[in-house]
Amino acid sequence: MNRRKFIKNAILFFPAAGVFRHLLKDAQAKPGNGKYDPANHLYGMGVDIGKCIGCGLCIEACKKENNVPKEPFFCRTWVERYVIKRDGSVTVVSIEAQKEKPRAEETDVLRSFFVPKLCNQCENPPCVQVCPVGATFATEDGVVLVDSKRCIGCRYCIQACPYGARYLHPETRTADKCTFCYHRIVKGMLPACVEVCPTQARIFGDLKSMASRLVRFTRINKIHVLKPHLNTEPKVYYAELDGEVR
Amino acid sequence: MKRIPEQIKRLAVVIAVIITGVVAIRYFILPSSLTDGRFHRQSTVERETAKNIVFAGATICGNCHGDKAEKKKAGYHKTVNCETCHGPAQSHIENPANKPAMSGGRDFCVFCHAYDQSRPTGFPQINPVLHNPLKACITCHNPHDPVPPQTPRECSACHAQIASIKTVSPHALIGCTSCHNVPEKHKVSPRSVRPTKPDTREFCGKCHRKESDRKDAPKIDLATHGERFLCWECHYPHRPERM
Amino acid sequence: MNPELVKRLSELSQEVTGFIYPNELEIHWSILIVVYPYITGLVAGAFILASLVQVFNVKEVQPTYRLALLTALAFLLIAPLPLQFHLGHPGRAYEIFLTPQLGSAMAMFGFVYLWYLMAVLLLEIWFEYRKDLIVWSKGGKAPMKWIYRGLSLFSSDISEAAVAFDKKAIQVITVIGIPSAFILHGYVGFIFGSVKANPWWSSVLIPIVFLMSAIVSGIALVIFLYMVITPLRGEGINMRCLDKITSYLFYAVIVDFTLEALDFIHRLYESEESIKILLKLVTDKLFVSLWVIQILLGMLIPLGIMVVVKSLKLPEELRKLFYFISVILIQLGIFATRWNIVIGGQLFSKSFRGLTTYKMEVAGIEGLLTAIALLILPFIVLAILLKILPAWEAGSAEEGAAS
Repeated sequence: MNRRKFIKNAILFFPAAGVFRHLLKDAQAKPGNGKYDPANHLYGMGVDIGKCIGCGLCIEACKKENNVPKEPFFCRTWVERYVIKRDGSVTVVSIEAQKEKPRAEETDVLRSFFVPKLCNQCENPPCVQVCPVGATFATEDGVVLVDSKRCIGCRYCIQACPYGARYLHPETRTADKCTFCYHRIVKGMLPACVEVCPTQARIFGDLKSMASRLVRFTRINKIHVLKPHLNTEPKVYYAELDGEVR
Repeated sequence: MKRIPEQIKRLAVVIAVIITGVVAIRYFILPSSLTDGRFHRQSTVERETAKNIVFAGATICGNCHGDKAEKKKAGYHKTVNCETCHGPAQSHIENPANKPAMSGGRDFCVFCHAYDQSRPTGFPQINPVLHNPLKACITCHNPHDPVPPQTPRECSACHAQIASIKTVSPHALIGCTSCHNVPEKHKVSPRSVRPTKPDTREFCGKCHRKESDRKDAPKIDLATHGERFLCWECHYPHRPERM
Repeated sequence: MNPELVKRLSELSQEVTGFIYPNELEIHWSILIVVYPYITGLVAGAFILASLVQVFNVKEVQPTYRLALLTALAFLLIAPLPLQFHLGHPGRAYEIFLTPQLGSAMAMFGFVYLWYLMAVLLLEIWFEYRKDLIVWSKGGKAPMKWIYRGLSLFSSDISEAAVAFDKKAIQVITVIGIPSAFILHGYVGFIFGSVKANPWWSSVLIPIVFLMSAIVSGIALVIFLYMVITPLRGEGINMRCLDKITSYLFYAVIVDFTLEALDFIHRLYESEESIKILLKLVTDKLFVSLWVIQILLGMLIPLGIMVVVKSLKLPEELRKLFYFISVILIQLGIFATRWNIVIGGQLFSKSFRGLTTYKMEVAGIEGLLTAIALLILPFIVLAILLKILPAWEAGSAEEGAAS
């Protein structure tokens, strides 16, 4: 072929190749064969302190859904009640679901509210860093899980968690904690605690999603996280979090 | 070359045996299912996702109980999911004969609605001892659309904490609507239609300026006292300090 | 759930003051985790004392050299046991070596331990004893003869050149060994010091304090053993040796006390958020174990005793009595130091608003009796080691030459 013909063909070649590539990409990116791809999700939770009524139904639902011992000494999630008085004193108690006796009204109260707590599924998790055998790890979709078949029960992760979110399960003798109800969320359901919250104080969502209740929550509220100075990068975002909350 | 001391030769043999043994076992003999972290993580994820579902989720209930779901959608309990009150229902989905329980007595509703000073302002609360003590709640309130039998005249139905503070204060006999203009829609859409607050000093001055006739109200010179600020920016009107 | 556990936890929850997170009720790292750094500390301390002989050529301390090495080995062999008993799944412990998570201080410690055991301690002991092993194997009776031959790895060269090479090798190993001993116990300190969630532990000084108190306890242990074993062998205690070691102990206690005081003053001065609950911790829960045992009995009184001994010229018997009392008090004090750090760090809530209690079981795998047994076991191992590898020649000319 002579030079002219070659150049002519080359000029046509590149755009043609570009179109071809695009068509090929579209053909591959079929609308999913239904398989769940963790890389497309990043889960987080929002908590609106202004809406929590301290009913404790979330604690109970979590225990039912996840086989957590019913006694109050082991919690994947719990709710704290703060009473801040004019003299500066701060009283905190952890409420027990369905066992709350009516409390005597306190006097001289400045602020009083409930704070739900759970594992913050940190992006920079100290518990994952200290596990000697790698039994606890972060999934691609942002949930920190515990491999109960490999956990040796050394409890270093329980010491390393700044939020008290972990406990040693008395039956499996391995570390255990909130998993955002991983078995529910990968099927598109909500975690049990979010499901039963009567005032929608807990908001669950996918930070990578284009339209998500959680993303909206972080848009319209001033967001706080617990213990930011420890740089654990928690993914539980609190709105109206009071400075007295630790 | 200097002769290698005999003890080094012996040691070298032992060390070589140990190192080759360890390397052989770890990298060649042991299967990767034991040594590769990715296998462990994958199997953990599989084990987690295979766990039992206990709560069915709000959307599924509506598939069979559409009438109740429709009713609930527009009412005050629209944020309350079915399983919040009826308990976990996955077993009911799998075998409809297993009906979820629901007590019709008073003991359940009071978990949320009994007065507690830590509950956010505006949440409807009652004193269970005083509020129709012998009746079941559902006698007057349909749980799927819990409109109270009469629209509450008292603000204290939702603002119980403020009401309880005010009853022991010097402002006890002043009604809420004396200071706050409350649009009717506030009782239906409380978060989007809000009552007003007094926006002038003269409002409080009606009773509290030194020229006022009101005998029991403490008096100040409205022109100078706290000049540029509205009164409630310092004084808490629901429980002003006693002089 | 186990009703006994429920009962125990309910009783425990009655004793909580203030607010703790619900999962913080139980103390997870129990007395076994107090015993473990205590034991590794003794290892590091004893080894460093032995190293003084080699690297700094302190001839007066020579009579305790082999004893210190064997003490280090005996305690090092027992050190993993408290950890093993404490695990929720002891059968899975091999995972730390098979698939360690390399970012974890605890995982890397497994390899530091192995390195120290194999490449430092066992090697140094082998080189030190090699010539004697060959000599003993030639003169010995049936089972011991083959044990000695095996231990010497069937080596047979006892020429002067070979023995000189042994000495050179020991010097090299000691030079590597001292930093290895520092890393061994400093690492245990780092396991605590790197936990940012816990302000009682999270401190740059913790590995250093751990190391210094390890050196103190190790030296004190060797003194104790020397003073107990020598009369049992029917020999006389070499006072020059004892005086020298005790003066090293004195300097070590001063440095240790200075570091701990520095940590305390620094915390008080900076007065960070956790200071209120930590002050409550040391004045309420840790009052006896910190002020009385760790500081008064464990440091101030032994320091006072040693100052008195250094300044006055006391007769030998009185000096021996004072030394003996001091080393026992020091051991108590260092054990209390470990207790205050490990248990103390778990007694206060990470919410900084409350304190819980440690109810130590008596029986049970993590109980007091197990801890005591684990503390006695190394002495039994040491006795066996001393039988197989005697640390002194009988009626030793070495001791005579040194004094």
